[in-house]
Amino acid sequence: MAKGVRPRVKAPRSAEAGEVVVIKTLISHKMESGQRKDSDGNVIPRSIINRFTCEYNGAMVVDVEMHPAISTNPYFEFEATIPEAGDFQFTWYDDDGSVYEETKTVKVG
Amino acid sequence: MDFTRRDTLAIGAAAAAVTALPMPAMASLTEDAIAEFTGGADVADGGVDLDAPEIAENGNTVPIEVSAEGATAIMVLAAGNPTPGVATFNFGDASGAHRAKTRIRLAGTQDVVAVAKMADGSFAKTQKTVKVTIGGCGG
Repeated sequence: MAKGVRPRVKAPRSAEAGEVVVIKTLISHKMESGQRKDSDGNVIPRSIINRFTCEYNGAMVVDVEMHPAISTNPYFEFEATIPEAGDFQFTWYDDDGSVYEETKTVKVG
Repeated sequence: MDFTRRDTLAIGAAAAAVTALPMPAMASLTEDAIAEFTGGADVADGGVDLDAPEIAENGNTVPIEVSAEGATAIMVLAAGNPTPGVATFNFGDASGAHRAKTRIRLAGTQDVVAVAKMADGSFAKTQKTVKVTIGGCGG
């Protein structure tokens, strides 16, 4: 597991039913591309988050396949529809098999 | 360390060969990635919005935004990177708009390509040149 990985999500605490809300996510991760070399000229092995998903009450909002060209500390901003109160489930999948999770609850009304 | 005239010429020639070689390979890698995504279907120009800065000072983190009305998936490619793949956004039932923002790495001045897969099975493509002052590939 990569060190110091901390997901951060900005989602509204409450929304109107049917409202479209903006979600912002950031996860601290060095996203080693596998292209860089250390001071001895050895290639530093690739270590990135390769997939990110966001679900709302089990319905998929966005599923992102990520390659090494995503910046350090991957940031995503997207929109989701809130049909009723529920939970956002955010999941990041690391190359080394680690899974980082975060949930956010949204109230309606 | 002293360079003789002969050494300097040899180094210069080697450097030129290294920089010249990858260019044709990269173009075909991008086309291969698009063909894999579309399954060989025709790709129309336009219909996708790709918002990227004209000049990016730091290639390590270039903010981009893609959106396409009625798209189910949008793939972003950086044609001039060692590997062209950047990200593929698959929009699900609960998405509010087919729009996403992220930050990407660019190795140097190059075209960023966005290919959208529409709900009706057609494909659309947009590309934009981004000038990069400092490349984002380390080394």
